[in-house]
Amino acid sequence: MSPLDTTAESPTIAEAKRQVEICNACRYCEGFCAVFPAINRQRIFASGDIQQLAHLCHNCRGCYYSCQYTPPHEFAVNLPRILAETRAEDWDRFAWPSGFGGLFQRQGLAIAGLLVLALAALFLAVQGIRPQGGEGFYAYLSHGAMVAIFLPAFVLPLVAIGVSLRRYWRTVGGGAVQWRHVKAALMDSARLKNLSGGQGQGCNYEKEDRYSDTRRWMHQAVLYGFLLCFASTSSGTLLHYAGYPAPYGFWSLPKLLGIPGGILLTVGGLGLAWLKTQADRDLNAPAYWGGEMAFVLLLTATGLTGLVLYAATGTAAVQPLLALHLGTVLAFFLLMPYSKMIHGFYRVAALIRDAQIKMKDQRPTIPQPPVRAAVSPPAWDADSRG
Amino acid sequence: MSRLGQLTETEWDVVVVGGGNAALCAAIEAAERGCRVVILEGAPETYRGGNSRHTRNFRCMHSGPLSVLTDSYGENEYFDDLIRVTKGQTDEGLARLAIRTSEECLPWMEAHGVRFQPSLSGTLSLSRTNAFFLGGGKALVNAYYITAEDLGVTIAYEAQVTHVEVSGGRFDAVQVEIGGERLRVRGKAVVLASGGFQSDIDWLARAWGESARNFLIRGTPYNRGVVLKDMLDQGAESVGDPTQCHAVAIDGRAPQYDGGIVTRLDCVPFSVVVNRDGQRFYDEGEDVWPKRYAIWGRLVAAQPDQVGYAIIDSRSIDLFMPSVYPPIEADTIEGLAEALGLPPAAVRETIDAFNAACREGPFTPTELDGLATEGLDPPKTNWARPIVEPPFYGYSLRPGVTFTYLGLKVDHEARVTGPEGRYHNIWAAGEIMAGSILGQGYLAGFGMTIGTVFGRLAGQGAAAHVAA
Repeated sequence: MSPLDTTAESPTIAEAKRQVEICNACRYCEGFCAVFPAINRQRIFASGDIQQLAHLCHNCRGCYYSCQYTPPHEFAVNLPRILAETRAEDWDRFAWPSGFGGLFQRQGLAIAGLLVLALAALFLAVQGIRPQGGEGFYAYLSHGAMVAIFLPAFVLPLVAIGVSLRRYWRTVGGGAVQWRHVKAALMDSARLKNLSGGQGQGCNYEKEDRYSDTRRWMHQAVLYGFLLCFASTSSGTLLHYAGYPAPYGFWSLPKLLGIPGGILLTVGGLGLAWLKTQADRDLNAPAYWGGEMAFVLLLTATGLTGLVLYAATGTAAVQPLLALHLGTVLAFFLLMPYSKMIHGFYRVAALIRDAQIKMKDQRPTIPQPPVRAAVSPPAWDADSRG
Repeated sequence: MSRLGQLTETEWDVVVVGGGNAALCAAIEAAERGCRVVILEGAPETYRGGNSRHTRNFRCMHSGPLSVLTDSYGENEYFDDLIRVTKGQTDEGLARLAIRTSEECLPWMEAHGVRFQPSLSGTLSLSRTNAFFLGGGKALVNAYYITAEDLGVTIAYEAQVTHVEVSGGRFDAVQVEIGGERLRVRGKAVVLASGGFQSDIDWLARAWGESARNFLIRGTPYNRGVVLKDMLDQGAESVGDPTQCHAVAIDGRAPQYDGGIVTRLDCVPFSVVVNRDGQRFYDEGEDVWPKRYAIWGRLVAAQPDQVGYAIIDSRSIDLFMPSVYPPIEADTIEGLAEALGLPPAAVRETIDAFNAACREGPFTPTELDGLATEGLDPPKTNWARPIVEPPFYGYSLRPGVTFTYLGLKVDHEARVTGPEGRYHNIWAAGEIMAGSILGQGYLAGFGMTIGTVFGRLAGQGAAAHVAA
């Protein structure tokens, strides 16, 4: 399929549709997350509807362990897996430039390879354009060189992500985005509401049918750690242009943000990697396991190398550690549109779309057809009182 | 000691036969009272939990808002509801015991890992009376297995109990087959919670008649009534009509076993239903579907080949919950009849006669609209709107058996009675004894109430016996 061809139905989407229709006839899982109420709002599912459901799914697996129809039952429902596969296919399908997605998503090795290349380039940069003056790490790489490398390495991936999201938004039939939609989506993702199991008991990721909140905690550590690190870098950039160049002391904004951020990112990343080794691979997209693991470790490495670099301040190790850290960060940024990192952008987009649909449904100006209310209780234990 | 060795070497305090809701409640209660408990579940682990796997709620008495339940639901109202569906075929003492105890069961269930959620979409009518399980019955079963494991209960899967050894009114041991090996598991008390016999098609055929071979079983294939039969053969007192089962009309394409909730078909009130010969046989619009779905199991069972066909037009396709199977679709009535394997001319004639008998009037799918046919036999007394707008849709209907009524008679302590009076150390809970309370019909969520109440009573009683 051409990556731009978003109308044809892939076998994965067809299989997801089959399973979603079973879910729509059952509805027992309504209380777990946003996916099931979204299913229940519809009766006929277009490919875009299935893709929207796929990106809404957080892979908490509560539905799988509660399902009467998991294999070996002939209905063979494994919704977490088929939605994960649909998601991952979309990351490929909508990737820009086309073809990059598939390469990195499925190849943990490719990620590592790119990282090595980036590192080598940085080592060269460090040695080739060694600045005359400069304090701290500017003694090894000038601020100008860093900006020359990292500005495009940050902006270009964001452009690529923008193109992908635009393709996704068209596919799922998204409308004009309003602040209230974004607010609802950010509230959900800030709390990872859809990994809460519906009642705060957590998900069924690493302990099978037992609930656990570990993954939510670890993911939040990574998310907020990453945001703190990002804020740290941003504050450093602002301070630089305000006339306060690096290095910064411990009680400076970049360090106060960056050190806790780095710790959270490292701890959360290692936690997520460990959880990934514990969880049943068959409830996710197994073909993407390696790529996802490589991404988690890469993200962890951005935090860890940053902390180590800080710890090595004033020693001879700064030069190689700086190269290592900057190389890791560079690889991470370049890979954003093609690695597991992209899931967060799609996830927020799906949550925004879900908020749009829900808020439209609630708008009282649209008269509700009476027929939906006529839906009778299913017969398994329907009430004879009516 | 090997696992099988442990089973046979140990003298268990309480042996629980079965692995559904009632069995688990009994095991948890006994284990919490310090008993060494073993659960012998006939199904493999993936299919554990009997019919409880397919359930979704618990009917609960409550004097005020309780957990997810709104308002109140008193003992007398609950009992009246039961009387209405059973037409009086119940044991009032046991029924009221189940109803009264249900209120304290809900917090107990929550304390043992069960999570409830507000009434599911399309079931608002139950939000006052029935507490829905988050994730359905399998999630409840999982929660109880986790609780039981944490209490140290030993669980054996694919452990099919073939015989309960009783001598002098006293249980000694059960004979059980695990992985082709025949073992003897000894205990001081036994709780029988292994369900009814609906999955033994031969037994159904003997009880109901040969036509039962065309029935589908909505729940677990593991409820074959082996333990029930064994106990009845030994003279245990029985209850419930041995020839009857609870059957509803489900999608004829459902699997032989375990189709569960998704095979239900709610289109009948908006349909014309014909038999194999293209003839109508009953008023499809007699009442709202929740009040009629159960009789359609029997109605279809009485038709040739035990099959019916519901036909609707495009105007009605969105009026009911989606079924797991897409309808058969055609642009003409004859084409639909052919696709369904029905005689086209006869179906055409039936539909024409029906359409001609329809009259003008408001069609209101949400309530009894009184839009009835004129001069048609049998009539359709509500929602009689002509079938004229293509495409036309058809579903096949077959009887789907939920459970059987024949069971072991129990007393208010969930204890079983034999030829020489009450057994010393035998309790029963769940579908194996539900006939004591449900002599006919069914009340949504009441099976889980019976299982929970009597499962807990059985576990408490067995533990007290062991301690004495």
